[in-house]
Amino acid sequence: MSETQSTYNYKVVRQFAVMTVIWGIVGMLVGVIIAAQLVWPELNLGWLHFGRLRPLHTNAVIFAFGGCALFATSYYVVQRTCHTRIFSDALAAFTFWGWQLVIVLAAVTLPLGITSGKEYAELEWPIDILITLVWVAYAVVFFGTIVKRKVTHIYVANWFYGGFILAVALLHVVNSAAIPVTLTKSYSAYAGVQDAMVQWWYGHNAVGFFLTAGFLGMMYYFVPKQAGRPVYSYRLSVVHFWALIFTYMWAGPHHLHYTALPDWTQSLGMVFSLILLAPSWGGMINGVMTLSGAWHKLRDDPVLKFLITSLSFYGMSTFEGPMMAIKTVNALSHYTDWTIGHVHSGALGWVAMVSIGSIYYLLPRLFGKQEMFSVKLITVHFWVATIGVVLYIASMWISGVMQGLMWRAVNADGTLTYSFVESVKASYPFWAIRFLGGVLFLTGMLVMAYNMFKTIASGRSVDDARVLLPAAHHA
Amino acid sequence: MDINDLRSIVTIVSFLTFLGVVWWAYGVKSNKKRFEEAAMLPFTDEEADRVELGLDRNGQRKAS
Repeated sequence: MSETQSTYNYKVVRQFAVMTVIWGIVGMLVGVIIAAQLVWPELNLGWLHFGRLRPLHTNAVIFAFGGCALFATSYYVVQRTCHTRIFSDALAAFTFWGWQLVIVLAAVTLPLGITSGKEYAELEWPIDILITLVWVAYAVVFFGTIVKRKVTHIYVANWFYGGFILAVALLHVVNSAAIPVTLTKSYSAYAGVQDAMVQWWYGHNAVGFFLTAGFLGMMYYFVPKQAGRPVYSYRLSVVHFWALIFTYMWAGPHHLHYTALPDWTQSLGMVFSLILLAPSWGGMINGVMTLSGAWHKLRDDPVLKFLITSLSFYGMSTFEGPMMAIKTVNALSHYTDWTIGHVHSGALGWVAMVSIGSIYYLLPRLFGKQEMFSVKLITVHFWVATIGVVLYIASMWISGVMQGLMWRAVNADGTLTYSFVESVKASYPFWAIRFLGGVLFLTGMLVMAYNMFKTIASGRSVDDARVLLPAAHHA
Repeated sequence: MDINDLRSIVTIVSFLTFLGVVWWAYGVKSNKKRFEEAAMLPFTDEEADRVELGLDRNGQRKAS
């Protein structure tokens, strides 16, 4: 019909893509600050102390950086693989501005100490309601686009994005159920161990659906595109999707080993966590093997380096995760830095790297360029980031295992060998190395921002990519 | 019937569902073609790729 209906909506993709880089820098900067506060406690100033900034860091990197990357890529992928413009430009614009408002509100309320105290769901109830509205709009835009698709099939990346959107809606609404007392204070609708179980059902599925399923959607589009060949096995991707969706929902109890949670629930969580290894590795192998026969492309394509390395980290952390969910291993690892290391091998190595790779793929295309301003700088970013992640997770492994061993060490007469503060003192050197790793990763993001602004400066906003029927269909 | 029977049934039904998915993906002959088609979806929109990269129909850089 009209002119606007015959092109793809890249405006909203562009907005989210640029904000991914900006919020990535903000969130990782806060991470570097709190890492420094652990090494130099005198840096805990006023309300900018560790306790207030830590939730700001997690919210910023997961929901601001990761969230914007998911919005950007899902809006791009769903349009391109459905051969249709996005369902509603107005609603899509609402999701952008609404999500930015959520992020700004989080950045204001968390340092003020306004929190519901649930990990990764700290935001108070008025913000939770805004998140719900934005999320419903997101679902309408995404599934509306799928409904009006011009092709028969729904590409597998869209299955993962769709699963992520639905599951996160369910998790957010159930876990955020609360009784408001004032505008800035509410109490959870659940009590005691039920509250803990609901929280970790949410918490682990935030990892499984927000930080995994959505980013697997990226993998299934951007790895084949950048490698120039279809995914290794589409049939494996079908099994991968359903197995992952079925299994993740039950793994949450492994966050509550040796607590008041009934023993059978803990064992159930452990067993499902172990089963999760299979779909996780199935997906990882599917992504990596897409490159089979074209390995040479890895040598000089830094975008592909980011994507494939992210899959290696995904494989590593999804092997480590089930292992840590085994109760006897968890008895050593829980509450130590090992957990922090595990999370960051997933968050920096997998989530951030696959996002960075995908955004590097998108940026030149959204600004009408053949490639980024400097491909060399992408390579620099890649190596700085990789060394940063390795320093981060290696130091956390060592300090984590050390802490676990010190805490459980007992003398012959049954008294504890070490006081808690001795384990803190022993951790300092590793916290310093972790700080260095974080600084390197943040530096890589700054290099990316420079590269991005240079690319934008010499480019143009592409708004004329026309929607055509797929080449194979002669309609 | 006690609740543990129900739990066993749910476990078995879930496992059979999983086997069903595997059979649907690998066993059903007619699915092979549709999956191959679906796998090509990221590559069916070359025109848009050209516009994004600022190339003309022959893949050459447009004079700007």
